[in-house]
Order: sequence, then structure tokens, then C-alpha cells
Amino acid sequence: MQNGTHNDLRQSEIEIKMVTRKVGVFYGEKQALYDVDLDIPARAVTALIGPSGCGKSTFLRCLNRMNDTIRDCRVVGDITLDKLDVYDSKVDVVQLRARVGMVFQKANPFPKSIYENVAYGPRIHGLAENTEHLDHIVETSLKQAGLWKEVGNRLQESGTGLSGGQQQRLCIARAIAVAPEVILMDEPCSALDPIATAHIEELMDELREQYTIVIVTHSMQQAARVSQKTAFFHLGNLVETDDTRVIFTNPKDERTQGYITGRFG
Amino acid sequence: MSLSLLVVVLLGLTILGYYLGKSRSLALAGGKIRGLHSLPMFYGWYVVLWCGIPTLLLFGVWIAMEDWVVRSMVISELPEAIRSLPADRLGLVISDIRNLAYGNIPLDKADPAIRPVVDHYISLRQTGTAAVWVVCLCLGIAGLLYGRSRISTEFRARNRVENAANILLIISSTIAVLTTIGIVLSLVFEALRFFASVNPFEFVFGLTWSPQTAIRADQVGSSGAFGAVPLFVGTLLIAAIAMLVAVPIGLMAAVYMAEYSGPKVRAWTKPALEVLAGIPTVVYGFFAALTVAPFIRNAGESIGLEVASQSALAAGLVMGIMIIPFVSSLSDDVINAVPQSLRDGSYGLGATKSETIKRVILPAALPGIAASVILAFSRALGETMIVVMAAGLAANITANPLAAVTTVTVHIASLLVGDQEFDSPKTLAAFALGLVLFIVTLSLNIVALRIVKKYREQYD
Repeated sequence: MQNGTHNDLRQSEIEIKMVTRKVGVFYGEKQALYDVDLDIPARAVTALIGPSGCGKSTFLRCLNRMNDTIRDCRVVGDITLDKLDVYDSKVDVVQLRARVGMVFQKANPFPKSIYENVAYGPRIHGLAENTEHLDHIVETSLKQAGLWKEVGNRLQESGTGLSGGQQQRLCIARAIAVAPEVILMDEPCSALDPIATAHIEELMDELREQYTIVIVTHSMQQAARVSQKTAFFHLGNLVETDDTRVIFTNPKDERTQGYITGRFG
Repeated sequence: MSLSLLVVVLLGLTILGYYLGKSRSLALAGGKIRGLHSLPMFYGWYVVLWCGIPTLLLFGVWIAMEDWVVRSMVISELPEAIRSLPADRLGLVISDIRNLAYGNIPLDKADPAIRPVVDHYISLRQTGTAAVWVVCLCLGIAGLLYGRSRISTEFRARNRVENAANILLIISSTIAVLTTIGIVLSLVFEALRFFASVNPFEFVFGLTWSPQTAIRADQVGSSGAFGAVPLFVGTLLIAAIAMLVAVPIGLMAAVYMAEYSGPKVRAWTKPALEVLAGIPTVVYGFFAALTVAPFIRNAGESIGLEVASQSALAAGLVMGIMIIPFVSSLSDDVINAVPQSLRDGSYGLGATKSETIKRVILPAALPGIAASVILAFSRALGETMIVVMAAGLAANITANPLAAVTTVTVHIASLLVGDQEFDSPKTLAAFALGLVLFIVTLSLNIVALRIVKKYREQYD
């Protein structure tokens, strides 16, 4: 909880990027998420915490409609991205995901070269005008992801040959290359060692100057270190949400207090 | 007192041995299984092994040796005049004696010279059977008693039985491997005999295939030519047509099944496609010869093309349909084996389904797909029945799919059908062709297996 005051979101500055109202998710008959109302601030890190199975990953996957790929999954309620109704039938999910990128729990580089991994998104969205431009996008993305120094001279090697932490940063670079507005991260460090984790956390701190970041994490220390806003989920309900400093020092709900002090979860 | 009855009796003896061993072990432990080293079942099996294996071995040796022993004893009985006959004539006499003895030929028709020999043959067989009865029974009972006597509460029956099972498994796999080696060796040696009379260089590079050999020295039109290139070309042409049919259809079917169809549709389509692999090839053969070939011929003639009634196209098309499941089923499996995380990664970047399939899934599954294509190709090269019925015998060198061609397998079949001398180059050529085919398909399969293996390592 270093720089607690510095990381606070002053009310006057807050710009809300995404808003969810009464969001519920059903897997077949089973309801996994109930009436989630959450405001996601722009250019800040919002952490979703809670015990396993509490619905935080499910909620995250609603934000860029990744749940569409799961059979029998149904989402109710309203989600907006800058006033755009995400679940409106007129919205093209392809364009939505170009604006709301995603990084997964397990690093999943494509079995292609490092260059091709990063160039994948710009190519499918036609973002690059020519080869030099594409080279430039790849280079900036890798630099922003803090990977350029390590792989800049071997872009043609396979992305699957990198270490776990490098692979995850490659996936972040891949997401950045599409120039999204929001980046969703689903437990991005859970498969990494502490040093690689520290790398990614520093990276998130830099990225939040430009991007809106939502991260699901099991590590409360991580939530406290990297996020400005925290939402605590329990059994499919959003229990409490506030500035990270408030949640970790003065939670209002006793379930939140129980979870962050380690009494359950 | 036949031998089959003996087998039944010995079987009964081993079953008895099982129960004796089991009850003996229980009795020694005072009914408490915990007091035994192994479960009672293993003591039963231990006795079965001692009772069964030596008798089985002896019985097998007897079956193998009996004929030879009796035969040589009978020959020594025969009159000098018959004994000095050449080997093949002597063989006839012996089989006469055997037929007389078994009553296939009435005894009163027998040559008086061999009449006593027949009687001797009958008595020899009877003595032999009686002997094997006595010896096998004694051995079985002795084994049973010995096995039972070794049982004690500390005796490690489980380890012994599991060792025996282990040895049984090793023997089984050895038999499979040895059979393969035997087939290869016979191919190689027969092919070597062929190459002794035909120059290997001419066989591999010669452009004329006309496998005739003279029966008499002055025969007209007896000059043979053993240039196998027309056969290789025909085989490749038909296999290539088959691949042109099977690879696109099979691959697209696999993509549909793996990526687009719901679980219910998939549960039906996959087995339905695999049924194609279960249709006997002879059925495909007459489908090709009676339905597809005339259809292609009529269609070709109606637009002014000259089509042979047994065209490469007809055989290739039908063969292609036959190998669709080889491509689709294997490709479907490898596409399914591509981790879901790669799909998520691609969708998460805003890729559409078809972009994900084209740019991520197919490249990731490519080694496996390549392996399935290679396996299908080697299958197409070795396929016989369809081409025998639909492709004909004309050994032409052509790339025209409407012409009649022939394949290696068709000629192997036709060379060995009918009355043939088995030492003429004409029949031996079949072995040489078989060897070539074997080497090609074996190397293709090895390549495919290596690719699959490499691919597996990537995702483990």
C-alpha cells in the first residue's frame, strides 16, 4: 500500500469509462452473477477480488463479451462503454473487442514468431498502412510491454519459446498493439514467479496512464499494490466497491473485512 | 481317445488345479486372507501355471513332431522299390497311405505291397496318441501337485503370477514384430531372386511394362519388359486425384465438425463419416466401375472429350471418397487438441471465427493435419480393390486423368492370379513391386508418425 494517498482517485478527476447496471449471468439454468452495478474509472486500475467461484472472472468476461463464446451462457442487464451499449444487437463484437482487449490467466502466445504474435491484431483489424507502419506498431507495443530490450533482436523466434513471464508480457504487447481503450486482465500473474509478477505489476502502473485496466486477482497484496479501485465479489454478488485504500483499511461490509483479513476465502 | 478329448481333460485338470491351489492357500492361512502374502486367487493361478504350461509345451511339441516321426518310421517300413522313388513320388505314396489309414480310400483298393504299411501306420498313430495321453496327464498331475506343494503362507504367488503374465505379454508382442520381420524378409528375398534375372536399374527406370516370359525357347512374342515406371506413374496419378478429392473435403469437414457444429450434430456427423472407412473396398470398387466410370465417360463424351471406359479419374474419385474419413477424423482430433486458450486469445483481440481458424487454429494444427494427409496418401497408394475393378490393366505413362492407367497393386494382384510358375520373373516381379510399395508406404508412415510426435511435444 505504498503511496496510498498518491494513488487515490480524487472525486473531481473521475471520468467513468464503463458502467454496468443490474448485470446478471446465467450458465444454462444456473445463475452465476446477480445484479452487479459497477462504475469503472478511466485511466486507472480496477481490481476485482473475491474467493474462487465468486463470479469475478465471469463478470470480467462480460465486459468484452467473451462469454459469447461459451455455449448456454446468457447475460442480462446493461453494460456501457462510453455510452455505447455493449450488448446492443447493433454492436459488432469484433469492434468491441478491438476497444476492450484481454489478457488471460495462462499466457497463450500463438505458435508463431514474436513479431507475428504482436502483428496479429493490427493485421486482422487493418490498422497498419504498410510494412514500416506495422514494424513500428510492433516495436512500440513491445516497448510499452517492457519486452523490447529482451526480444528486440530476435523477433522471428517462436513466441512459445519465451519464459512464462516474457510470454505474458508478449500477450500484453499483443493486446496493446490493437490500441484498445480498456484492457481486461484475468489473473495475469497467477502462473508467474514473484520476479515476473513484479515486472507485470510495474507495467500495469505505467499502462494506466494511457489505458483503463480491469484486473481479476487472487492476491490481495497485488490488488492493494496496483489498483486504485477495488470491487469485492462474493457468491455472485458485488458486496462492496470503493477506493482501494478504503477497502483495505476501512471496509464497510463485514464479509469484505473477513476476506481481506484472511478469515475466509 | 482323440486328442481333442485330451485337450478338454487337460483344461479340466487346470481348472481343478486353480481351485485346489486357492483352497490350499486358504486352508494354510486358517481362512484368514490377511495371513497370506497374496490373495488366494494368485495361489490358484500359480498352480494353473505349473499344471498347464509344461503340458501345453509338450502337447505343442508332439503336434509339431508327430507327423514327421510317424512318416520316417513308415518310410523305413516301405519296400526298397518304393523307398528309392524320387521325393515327390514318395510324397504321393505317403499321402496314399495316410488316406487309406483314415478310410478316405477303401482299404480293399490298396496296393498289396503297401497294405502292411498301412496297418503299421494305423497302429503307430494309435500308440502315439495313447502315449501322448499318458505323458500329458502325468505331467499335468505332477505339475499340479508340485505347484500345490510349494504353497505356503509366506509364498509370493502374486509376484510369480505377475511375472508369468509379463512374459506372456512380451511373447505376444514379439510374435507381432517377428511376423512383420518375416514378411519383410520374404519380400526381400523373393525380390532379390527377381533382380537376379532382371536388372534392378531396368526395373526402376524402364518405361515399358510387359511382364511376359517365354515358356519355350522359341516362343513367339515372349520377350518381356519389366520397366515399372508406367505402374509408378499410374499409381501416383490415381493417388493424386484421390488426394485432390479427399484433402479439401476431409479438411473442411473436420473444420466444420470441430469448430462450427454443435455437440449434437457432431455426435452424428463424425460416426457417419467414419462409416465411409468401414465400407468394404470391393463395394467401392463396383461403385466405381459400374456407376462412376460410365457416368464420367458419358459426361465426357457429351462435351466431346475422349474418355476411356476405365479412367484414372473414376478410380481416383472413388478412392478419394474412401479416404475422406482418414483425413477428416484425424484432422478433427488435432484441431480439437489445439488449446482453447489460443482460441480465446484470438477472440479476445477481436478476431472473427474464420480469422481465428485460418490464422491461429489451422497453423497450430498444421503438423497433425499434414500427418493425417500423409497417412491418407500412403493408404491411397496401397489401395487395391478399387483400382483392380475400376482402373484396368493398361500400363500407360500419362498424366491425363481421362486415360486408362494401372497401378502397382493391380499388377501385383494380376501377376499372382491364375496358374503361374512361382520361379519365373513374371511372378517374382510381384514381390519386387510389393517391396517398392512397402518401402514407400513405410517411409510415409514413419514421416507421419514423427510429425505427430513432434506436434504432441509442443503442447504437453
